[in-house]
Amino acid sequence: MKEFFAFVKKEFLHIFRDTRTLLVLIGLPTVLIVLFGFAISTEIRNVNVGLFSADADDSVERLMRKIDQSEYFTYVGRFNTEEDVDEAMRRGVIDAAVMFGSGFSSALYSPEGAEVFIAADATNPNNASMEIMYLSGIIAEYFKDDISAIHAAGPQDGSVTASGMLQPNLHMLYNPQLKSSYNFVPGIMGLILMLICSLMTSVSIVREKESGSMEVLLVSPIRPINIVLAKMIPYFVIACVVLVNILLLTIFVLKVPIAGSFFWMILVSVIYIILSLGIGMLVSSLVRTQIIATLICGMIFLVPVMMFSGMLYPIESMPVALQWFAQIIPAKWFIEAIRKIMIEGVPVRYVTVEILIMTAMAVAVFTAAVIKFKDKLD
Amino acid sequence: MDSIVIHSLKKTYGKGQPPAVDIRGDLCISKGELFGIIGPDGAGKTTLFRMLATLVSPDSGTAVLEGYDVMADYRKIRTILGYMPGRFSLYSDLSVRENLEFFASVFGKDLESNYGLIENIYCRLKPFERRKAGKLSGGMKQKLALCCSLIHSPSILFLDEPTTGVDPSSRRELWENLAQLKASGMTIVVSTAYMDEACRCDRVGMMKSGRFLTVDSPERIISGFDRRLVSVKSDEMFRLLHDLRGIGDVDRCYTFGETHHLTLKPGSRMTVREIGSVLAGKYGHKGVSVAETDATLEDCYMNLEEKL
Repeated sequence: MKEFFAFVKKEFLHIFRDTRTLLVLIGLPTVLIVLFGFAISTEIRNVNVGLFSADADDSVERLMRKIDQSEYFTYVGRFNTEEDVDEAMRRGVIDAAVMFGSGFSSALYSPEGAEVFIAADATNPNNASMEIMYLSGIIAEYFKDDISAIHAAGPQDGSVTASGMLQPNLHMLYNPQLKSSYNFVPGIMGLILMLICSLMTSVSIVREKESGSMEVLLVSPIRPINIVLAKMIPYFVIACVVLVNILLLTIFVLKVPIAGSFFWMILVSVIYIILSLGIGMLVSSLVRTQIIATLICGMIFLVPVMMFSGMLYPIESMPVALQWFAQIIPAKWFIEAIRKIMIEGVPVRYVTVEILIMTAMAVAVFTAAVIKFKDKLD
Repeated sequence: MDSIVIHSLKKTYGKGQPPAVDIRGDLCISKGELFGIIGPDGAGKTTLFRMLATLVSPDSGTAVLEGYDVMADYRKIRTILGYMPGRFSLYSDLSVRENLEFFASVFGKDLESNYGLIENIYCRLKPFERRKAGKLSGGMKQKLALCCSLIHSPSILFLDEPTTGVDPSSRRELWENLAQLKASGMTIVVSTAYMDEACRCDRVGMMKSGRFLTVDSPERIISGFDRRLVSVKSDEMFRLLHDLRGIGDVDRCYTFGETHHLTLKPGSRMTVREIGSVLAGKYGHKGVSVAETDATLEDCYMNLEEKL
């Protein structure tokens, strides 16, 4: 055991002497979380909205003030003609417009109901559909309140109630504000932990092969399996630090609540960390140079993690062959499990499959790595 | 008592390549012997070391170290062996002391209990204890590497080209250290490309293309030199080499330091004076000096290489 701890101590020394790499390891997740949380966002924000209304109507102005109050929209101003709205949209002054035909107010209380036109710049289809959804939501809510106020004021006939109340009732479950951080936090965790564990362990083992120190180590009585395990411990510790860092940022900076069990979320992450360490070990037992190890971990692992883990694109909409391929990506299972526990807050029995698959993968990878690891040079 | 017994070892890297090591017959190295392996780059010295150090498995043949077979008992061998590879293989980002402590603990030893063995070598490193190993000079690096390979007091020590890229005074110190270790009963096998160093060995094996040309004590190898050897100098050394090869009785001619050495064909009666007059007369060389000289290991190597 003394030999083993001497080894672990040596690995920590290597890591702490290489402060730049350590800074990248700790700093990169922070930067990514902050970037994805604030700068790169799929949410809409500060959308400029214009108004065209044929009649000068008090309730329409009040509606626009309400729209302006929401953090998503800014009310730019009223346009006199539909052509002006069109012109403003072209020049980029506004991104969306709310338009009311003449006689809107009176039609509102008629049995046929009233019509509102919402126009959005659909050059970015995602944004446009989100803008329309939010706008119609605000408008519907506004008029619902408006009409309820009238209801309260005096008795009305039933037909008004029928048309005024007929609204789609949309519910955004688990993420009512449609915050993109709910989606990418599990994704970033999957990506960063895989990067630190597999890339860093494999590079650090292969570095010993390249520098020739592996030759000296192999001639010593220490068992190669201990060499490799000793290499994993520091990276395990760093990965745990990074995990805590990500979680703290997630909870306190991005304000994503942990809906489910904290304990199980940590446990799932630890299983994933161990699995990633095993992958790094397997890579290092197969290759001889740091550049190949980096390429394998960077190109062959990271890109599929981004593409096939469901982080960027939903797996369900991929061709069947790729869907099958996605099943062997460890990050896919991790991200799914974390999403369930962290965002949906389901009890652990609903993530048993993910936990079992990751455990099985870890066992398989470690077995393969131990079989493949040679205690000779050839 | 034999410490190392090699029984025809062969190793080939890749199909269609000539074997890197192809030792035929037996070679025994006795306990406490300082055995030198000399040969040019690519002679198979490193591969031979790696096979003996259990790092590379031989294709055929066996070797036994202190009674342990390199294939079957390689774990045992790894506890009694000190191995210093040809290139610097310690951790550049660790300090001198950290490297030493690490290698001691890898062998399950502590620094103090075996300090006596390395004291003579380590005393020179002591002032630089806190310096990073990567920032040491070439000679200091080799001293540290030697310390690290000795820290567990091995019974057999392998040194692969320990003096390559090391200044002359450090080289001399290293050989003095080896002599002290040998006196303590350690079996030492050392390879070198410098023939002059090999004279300090009890026996040397001359390697070429994976085979031993000869294995004997330096004195006996030199006394076995069976040709007349002549050393020649003139003002135009480069043209001289070419012209010497034109003389009928000259067998081989090669540069040796500041002079050219030539061997005469067996049975040649050409005298030193005759060679001088041919060079001055026929070829018009100035400042010619010709003298018969005693063979060195290098001359023996050149001569043996020819016979292969």
